[in-house]
Amino acid sequence: MTEKERELLNLLEKEGRMREEKIAKMLDVSEAEVKKTIERLEHDKIILGYSAIVDWSKVDVSETVTATIDVKVTPKRGVGFDEVAERIYRFKEVKALYLMSGTYDLSVVIEGKTMSEIANFVSEKLSTLDSVISTTTHFQLKKYKHDGVVFEDRDDDHRIVVSP
Amino acid sequence: MTYTDSLNQSRLSAAVQRIKPSGIRRFFDLASTMENVISLGVGEPDFVTPWAVREASIASLEKGMTSYTANAGLLELRVAIADYLERKFRTRYSPENEVVVTVGASEGIDLALRATIDPGDEVLIVEPCFVSYAPLVSLIGGIPVSVPTSLDNDFKVMPKAIESRITERTKGILLSFPNNPTGAVMGEEELGKIADVVVKHNLLVYSDEIYAELSYDAPHVSVASLPRMWERTILISGFSKSFAMTGWRIGYVTAPEPYAKAMLKIHQYLMMCASTMAQYAALEAVTNCEEEMNEMIISYRQRRNFFVKSLRETGMECHLPGGAFYAFPSIKATGLTSEQFAERLLIEEQVAVVPGTVFGEGGEGHIRCSYATSMDQLEEAIERIGRFIQQVAKERK
Repeated sequence: MTEKERELLNLLEKEGRMREEKIAKMLDVSEAEVKKTIERLEHDKIILGYSAIVDWSKVDVSETVTATIDVKVTPKRGVGFDEVAERIYRFKEVKALYLMSGTYDLSVVIEGKTMSEIANFVSEKLSTLDSVISTTTHFQLKKYKHDGVVFEDRDDDHRIVVSP
Repeated sequence: MTYTDSLNQSRLSAAVQRIKPSGIRRFFDLASTMENVISLGVGEPDFVTPWAVREASIASLEKGMTSYTANAGLLELRVAIADYLERKFRTRYSPENEVVVTVGASEGIDLALRATIDPGDEVLIVEPCFVSYAPLVSLIGGIPVSVPTSLDNDFKVMPKAIESRITERTKGILLSFPNNPTGAVMGEEELGKIADVVVKHNLLVYSDEIYAELSYDAPHVSVASLPRMWERTILISGFSKSFAMTGWRIGYVTAPEPYAKAMLKIHQYLMMCASTMAQYAALEAVTNCEEEMNEMIISYRQRRNFFVKSLRETGMECHLPGGAFYAFPSIKATGLTSEQFAERLLIEEQVAVVPGTVFGEGGEGHIRCSYATSMDQLEEAIERIGRFIQQVAKERK
């Protein structure tokens, strides 16, 4: 991967809607090249998709509850954690799933409309899986920063208007 | 003028009366009264100091590190600075005897001049340049001699331009590359030719390399790293631009021991030492924050590319600045002077830039635009500048 491709990925990761013309200028390459590179990165599944970062707490009608669940599981011979991981991430409620080092194995991020919805999911879907030994559920109370974005309106430019 | 005014005026020193207030002030005052201004007039990074640096300074306060340090600065900081300079720019200085931590690079410039200039000595100043050099030379009775650069040579200084201004009284030359306001940089070969002139005429070099890290197309070459140059160079730098630490006022000078000792003598009477909490911040910056610095550099380079290209699309002539975070486009085609252009652009389109004349000879016909501001602001600024250029062109028809 070239340095410019890496820069392009960093730009898009921060601002998925950035126009190709703007990227081309910033990276000092042609617009056609930017287009081609993005297409290739998409084709190679290096860029998997584009999404908006939404502060749902400001949208009162669609309140959601997010929880992180630490899951201990018994790995299976041959497939290790992959099989149980797949069984878990197929549930549409699961937004993210990571294999962790440390005192538990899988970290599951779950979104639901209410706390009881999540509680139901844990008790009925997750804990009942054969390989699952235990779960610990942590509910998110407030989002301060997500994917590098701070969830707070603030003007951080305190500089004087003209200086030498 | 009232009686007391004239009385007070007459009591002011001749030296201070000789120097003019900075021309930047007028634009600051004008811009401050207006709303919806996009400022491309800011001579500092738009990043906040990395959190690790701020945190280290807070921790030093919590531990009660609030007393003076050694005059030359904390030894561990001087060691870190010496290591850093050697690693990045191949210049070697002894932390014990050849590094002085200063209150910003500004103090460093003053120390270097005071330690070496007698009244009547001439100092060559490569212009356009940062606003404080000539006044600081004047204040100590030296004579600033401008060596202009121009767009024809991408604002690099030419050996001939230097040589034609050398007299018996010429003591040294002040170089500042990467340059504020032009963004010009000098490579090893170009500096080598300057070095020949410097050696031939036995000059001192004051090299302000505060923007060294912000070099976008090739690694920065310190004049002190060239053969025959180390022994005659006073290197001035600091943390303001590279680590986004302008408000901390923390920098350093490095030079061969006799010069460093002399500067330390002035520094100890003047400042005692640089601010202790700023020194702890600088220590964290120089030892642990190169990654943050590199991210900032990438971001400046992207904005430079974007801004200069977009400026050219508005019809302005602009060389590609190799360093710092300024574009210095020509406005000659508009038929306006730099002052007129900057003032009208501010009043008519609410974009603040700085007229090139503020930075000395060779600045007329140019404006300084700082691209250290958000991409959104830059895009909007380009739109407004484009509109303004068209308006001016219409008037000329």
